[in-house]
Amino acid sequence: MQAKRRRPLAATFALLPTWIAAIFVYIGTMVWSVRLSFTDSTIFPSSNYVGFAQYAKLFRTSRWLASLENVLIFGVLYVAGCLALGFVLAAALDRKVRFESVFRTIFLYPYAMSFVVTGLIWQWMLNPTFGIQATVRALGWQSFVFDWIVNRDMAIYTVVFAGVWQGAGLVMVIALSGMRGIGEEQWKAAQIDGIPVWRIYTSIILPQLGPALAASGMLLSMGVIKTYDLIVAQTGGGPGYSTEVPAKFIMDNLFERQNLGLASAGATVLVLSVVMAVAPFRYALAMRARRRGAH
Amino acid sequence: MKNTVKLLLMGAALVTASTSAHAEDKPQAEVMTSWTSGSEAAALGVVKQEFEKRGGTWKDSSIAGFGAADAAFQNRLVAGDPPTAKQAVLGLANTDFVSQGLMNPIDDVAKTGKWADVLPKSIYDLISYNGKVYLSPTGAHGESWVFYSKDAFAKAGVGDEPKSWDEFFVALDKLKAAGIQPVAWGGQSWQESKVFNMILLTQVGIDGFLKIYVDKDKGDVSTAGVKKTLDILGKLRAYVDEGAAGRNWNDATAMVITGKAGVQFMGDWAKGEFVAAGKELGKDYGCMLVPQSPGMVYVADSFSFPKIADAAAQKGQVLLAEVAMDPAVQVEFSLKKGSVPMRTDVDKSKLDVCAQKGLELMTAGKIVPDQALILSPQQAGALNDFVDEFWTNPSEDSASGAEKFFAIFE
Repeated sequence: MQAKRRRPLAATFALLPTWIAAIFVYIGTMVWSVRLSFTDSTIFPSSNYVGFAQYAKLFRTSRWLASLENVLIFGVLYVAGCLALGFVLAAALDRKVRFESVFRTIFLYPYAMSFVVTGLIWQWMLNPTFGIQATVRALGWQSFVFDWIVNRDMAIYTVVFAGVWQGAGLVMVIALSGMRGIGEEQWKAAQIDGIPVWRIYTSIILPQLGPALAASGMLLSMGVIKTYDLIVAQTGGGPGYSTEVPAKFIMDNLFERQNLGLASAGATVLVLSVVMAVAPFRYALAMRARRRGAH
Repeated sequence: MKNTVKLLLMGAALVTASTSAHAEDKPQAEVMTSWTSGSEAAALGVVKQEFEKRGGTWKDSSIAGFGAADAAFQNRLVAGDPPTAKQAVLGLANTDFVSQGLMNPIDDVAKTGKWADVLPKSIYDLISYNGKVYLSPTGAHGESWVFYSKDAFAKAGVGDEPKSWDEFFVALDKLKAAGIQPVAWGGQSWQESKVFNMILLTQVGIDGFLKIYVDKDKGDVSTAGVKKTLDILGKLRAYVDEGAAGRNWNDATAMVITGKAGVQFMGDWAKGEFVAAGKELGKDYGCMLVPQSPGMVYVADSFSFPKIADAAAQKGQVLLAEVAMDPAVQVEFSLKKGSVPMRTDVDKSKLDVCAQKGLELMTAGKIVPDQALILSPQQAGALNDFVDEFWTNPSEDSASGAEKFFAIFE
């Protein structure tokens, strides 16, 4: 009896720091930010409540609206691009190629670099006056044009390039380990049936990699929301607002523009949109688990 | 073995004790600025040298980029660990810090040094908040300058400095025809809004400029002036290279220094880069106000002094405030940084032609303040956004642009 009680007590104590951290650090700061978003705080927190005025202002600010659009474009293409490229790379390595570990290192290497370095490298490569465009022109192809980074309509896609280049390696490693977990018999069976390799990957291997890819997708999505350093290093949000993202908008307003209220409103909108995106997904998972349990 | 370790520990303790005791009676200053380019660092070095000569210990905490330095400063201020001094632009941006009681006044230093007598009244007003002096000014910058490469002008056959915008665009066309990049454009929004402001001053004059920024007037005359300004700004797009987006100001200056580009619109701090590169004013490069300019947009730097408990740092604040306003330091600092001394009683003979011209305009009152001095950080940021959006979007016409301009005051 006593032994039974002691254990949960010890466990509770062990978890106490986590609980305190969760309540005060995570939830506390979140509540604090939400509170600030209803005040007219400028550089320091104020307690002068102004209702939804900051939100109204936020959604009248064209820079904020542009940032939402950009993060959506970037997010979808970045996650999809990383998953696709990562899967293809993993499949290629899975074919027992020579020097596999060398390739693995090369593909994973970008992931070890910070977004700041990635951003700078791509900024240089894409700069039309001394990057890829200038190099190709120097080789003799004078009419070659690759100026996406200074083009308002295309600049956001150059950020996607850099992001995919950096993130695909991670997906590759996770997908590869997933592939290695799939039994050799399936391969043999499929090969006896004369199924081409690409069909094996798309119809047999890919479905089994679901959980691994879902996990990488989740990791990448979290990166999307907080994308800041990549943008700052590569384009600085420009030209114009064309690569502005919410995280940068919030940081700029927090510090440079001394507008805590507006920045908090932006942060709150960001949290809410994440919750709205994640909630249906979690709900579906929970429902599925319950249904399975009922069987 | 044990004894050796003990001895070592004791020794270490002794050393730390003695250095900390030693440091306490010395004024100390951890100085945070965004002055990191070659010329800026050299100018800060002038202050540092004098500070150390007078017995202070200097610690440099400079961070590249104005916004980045500000963010770091605010973080440390809120965390209760501010640096001894921070580079600050005069004007509205400091109001919140002062009214929250986070800054130390340096009123006593100002009174002893008779700052009220040696500074222009408008500057003295800008460093005082609620009747007390809080900032120690380092130098003023004219922002309406055009720097040009004499070499490039000669190659393109441009003889005299263009007197009007029409002549200016003719000169740019000649540069283009000679295969020289006409304008070295710095593609950051703060640089672009400076160009906007200097053109605006040529279109609406000093009174019109103040009417727009101080009185937030959006009458017909003001609107027409903004439209004409945007027309000229828009015309400049054709003379800028593709790689300009996001370019730092000193990289743009380097293009003029090497003769790759003809002109650069920039504040007079760009002169510091020419000096640092060993170029001579009048021989290798020239400076002129933007064409048709009736005066000069200016901005002024200073040190601000956060409230700090440490006694050595407090001493350091007093000493730094004195050093920054020392007449000799003011001149030497200006020479290195390309700025204009704030004191009116300094030896002007050492200053170059541009600085003398700037000082002349300043004493004659033919100056208008930069947005950082008269707009809230929020509005100044919105101005940057507006100009950057207009600049990068050639399909935007000046009428709708003017409308958006006046929206930044709302």
